[in-house]
Amino acid sequence: MSTHSEFPRFIEQALQGLNPSASRRQFLASSGALVLSLGASAVPGARVLAQAAAGPYPDPDFLQLDTWIVIHPDNSATFFVGKTDGGQGTGTAFRQMMCDELDMAYEQTRLVMGTTDTTPDQGGSGGSDAIETDGKPMRRVAAEARRVLLELAADRLQVPVAQLESSAGMVSVRGDATRAVRYADLVGGQRFNVTLSGNNVNATTGTAAVKPVQQLRVVGQSIQRYDIPPKVDGSLTFAVDVKLPGMLHARNVRPPVAGAVLRSVDESSLAGLPGVVRIVSRGNYLAVVCEREEQAIAAARQLKADWAAPAEAPFPPSEALFDFIRSAAPTSSEEPRVSGDPASAFASASRVLEAVYEVPFQGHTAIGPAFAVADPSDNQLTIYSNDMKSYGLRTGVAAFLGLPRDRVRVVYMDGPQVYGRTAADDAGFEAAFLAHELGRPVRVQWTRAEETAWDTKGPAYSFRLRGALDANGQPTALDYEARAVDYAHLGYNEPDTVLIAQLMGRRPARIAEGGAALPSVKYGIPNTRLSGHVVALPLVWETPLRTGNLRDPDGPQVTFAFEAFVDEMAAAARRDPAEFRLALVEASGEDSAFRRSRSLAVLRAAVEAYGDWETRPAPRAPSIGSVHSGRGIAYTFRSNTVVAVIADVEVNRDTGRVWVKRLVCAHDCGLAINPMGLRHTVECGMLHGLSRALYEEVQFDGEKVLSVDWESHPSLRHADTPERIDIVLVNGDPSPDRPDLPHYGAGETSHKPMIAAVANAIFDATGVRLRRAPFRPERVLEALRAART
Amino acid sequence: MSVITLNVNGAVHQVDVDPATPLLYILRNDIGLRGPRFGCGLGQCGACSVIIDGALVRSCQLPAAAATGAITTLEGLSQNGTLHPLQQAWIDEQVPQCGYCQNGQIMTAKALLDRNPSPTDAEIREGMQGALCRCMTYYRIHAAIKRVVAGQATGLAHEAVGTAAAAQEASV
Repeated sequence: MSTHSEFPRFIEQALQGLNPSASRRQFLASSGALVLSLGASAVPGARVLAQAAAGPYPDPDFLQLDTWIVIHPDNSATFFVGKTDGGQGTGTAFRQMMCDELDMAYEQTRLVMGTTDTTPDQGGSGGSDAIETDGKPMRRVAAEARRVLLELAADRLQVPVAQLESSAGMVSVRGDATRAVRYADLVGGQRFNVTLSGNNVNATTGTAAVKPVQQLRVVGQSIQRYDIPPKVDGSLTFAVDVKLPGMLHARNVRPPVAGAVLRSVDESSLAGLPGVVRIVSRGNYLAVVCEREEQAIAAARQLKADWAAPAEAPFPPSEALFDFIRSAAPTSSEEPRVSGDPASAFASASRVLEAVYEVPFQGHTAIGPAFAVADPSDNQLTIYSNDMKSYGLRTGVAAFLGLPRDRVRVVYMDGPQVYGRTAADDAGFEAAFLAHELGRPVRVQWTRAEETAWDTKGPAYSFRLRGALDANGQPTALDYEARAVDYAHLGYNEPDTVLIAQLMGRRPARIAEGGAALPSVKYGIPNTRLSGHVVALPLVWETPLRTGNLRDPDGPQVTFAFEAFVDEMAAAARRDPAEFRLALVEASGEDSAFRRSRSLAVLRAAVEAYGDWETRPAPRAPSIGSVHSGRGIAYTFRSNTVVAVIADVEVNRDTGRVWVKRLVCAHDCGLAINPMGLRHTVECGMLHGLSRALYEEVQFDGEKVLSVDWESHPSLRHADTPERIDIVLVNGDPSPDRPDLPHYGAGETSHKPMIAAVANAIFDATGVRLRRAPFRPERVLEALRAART
Repeated sequence: MSVITLNVNGAVHQVDVDPATPLLYILRNDIGLRGPRFGCGLGQCGACSVIIDGALVRSCQLPAAAATGAITTLEGLSQNGTLHPLQQAWIDEQVPQCGYCQNGQIMTAKALLDRNPSPTDAEIREGMQGALCRCMTYYRIHAAIKRVVAGQATGLAHEAVGTAAAAQEASV
């Protein structure tokens, strides 16, 4: 078994020697987080976690240094951070950052993440801000720990701090290595007892300064991720593997059509089925709970219930979605952002372009459907989940069930991908409710159909763009209008909007509308008008078409429309699309966070890495034969991370298949903590974007979602993988060697421009502009056919 | 319920279950294995893959009573604490993101290389097509398989660089 999956026993030993807080002692001595024991399993060898001990589970105090860092008697250290790692390697990166500030070797440390009574509340994950924002207090507290250790060593060695140096968990007198003391001999197994300052967790700091970038040694190395060996040898306990004594298995039974009302349940329909413990119905929420998992599956299939379909259609069929969006009265509209005088610029333009772009609902559709386990033993409630916001799940469940917060705890463990507001939130509440209701541990597992149909969706969009070019082909004006189906955008772990709450009839006091987002570019177009509207489908609640954050929540949609339209302007001006963008960025005046400089840098770096970029307008000269090839470029930023991507495609005119053969990405997120981990995150983000560009679309008729499995909802697969991917890590800061070079996030930016890049490449290959994603073969064929007639 | 006998990773297990229960649930819930995972229950994603008598099998589709051969799961690939070359290559190439599907990826790759020890790139794409990854680690997976095919499945050198500033690969 690999180290990641073992219980770090030395933490327990270290802390039990120092009168730890009750919550942490309980976690270490008896929690289900990592303690494995042979429990009440029917079969020897099945590993069962211990039941959770009674609470309370108070919040770890982020203003205590001891909350973040423990030095053990064996001169190792454990870091406690309130983040979760969806598989991008942020845990490894945090260790690297903290090791550097603390002057310990990477191998001397471990990291515990995201468990509500054990690690300080940093909110879990979200917004790709782990490295950018949450890494900063980690660096500062580690620097503070080193400062305290140096002071203790000065006292011990009777030498001023200024004459000391530290390395690999050891303080020594500069120039005299014989006079040295280990960290463990200063505080091993003891508390630091240092109070930090800061009015929120992100502001947490001691009095020590963090190191200049030039002095970082562990940061910048491509250290292998600690979570990977147990992920490939089968030893990692994922949240989905949690087993508890007496644990029951539940399956939900969803309304057969959206908005249906549950009139009655025929309990006799399960007569004779073994293992049925209870049928739970509350409002329109319905579930079966059984002793064994296969029994729950059978019971959910066999249960007969009488549902009344709603009088009004909940939504239009997906093929009519965009007509609906364009004709619906907005529920809200943002005040247009106008600069210059677009009306005059359009009036005096030598050429005006206009286009409509469309992106359907796209889902998370995690590889593992949503699930959670809840344990109500001993007057507490522990939830085992991969939810990326474990702290919010805890607070939300406490409110939902009316339990004191300190009686609820969430143990974060690895699980299937979490790129935003996934159905892990919903399953966590369902497990908690059922366990609370039955008084026994319950595991809820969604089905594939449930996950694909009912998970939260990225909002569908319709865009209308107009652009004005002068006689030289220079853009003089741009009018961007977006409409997003994003009324009642779900937040994270809200006790009045999670699916079970909706189905039980709860409604939020205030509806949180999403917004139609505006593009993220640094283009110097003098006259612009940017506007956005939100529209609602007829059915707002208890609908599978519910929107929530999906990896860069609006970015892929908006960037598709905007960057493809910029490509249309470049083509109309007969200009090279990279050169056209470079000129537009150069024309931009504003340079906050040096994003303008860095935008120029990534655009140039992408073209350079591409290798033989021929300066020419798109489309390329027509070729004969079935397979046409082309290239497309797109650029954007997200927060302060800047990216340019180039896609090479092959379009088969006979089959409509689009193969993205090669991808080039130039990526600037400032200081790279772990270059290899960063590259892989960038790469996988791009391919996820490619899947959304080529395949992903939620389809529905007028009453239910029809995308329910991997055939009705295809995804990128092995055969679609590019044969070559080049990623260039760029540092486009005007002072690239500055000692405070920031470290920005990388979880979403490379995902953002992919639909646009592919659309632009298809245009280059075929001369046909695809304005509706995804570019499934049938849609490509249709567009090619339409262009011929 | 009836007692069925399963031969899993060289050990014999007897379980008293409904014999129509898909093998996946027995492996996970009764035998306590964690490699095979539930992804779709439809045989479409490969997350539940095991190898039975050399053949790749979707354990979510196979009734337990029909699993009469020698079952190998992800846990059974390593021998005496030494990882299978594919597992080592997966570490060397740092393949997983979330890791949930990687059982299916590794078991599918094992079955592929067992029948074709030196697949072409096209054969890798074709042979792996049934194993879905929603984190999109496909490119890394192809690199790992090629590493095994080339007999290089040990220790990737770190991109060790002295300072962070030097690790910024391009200053433009």
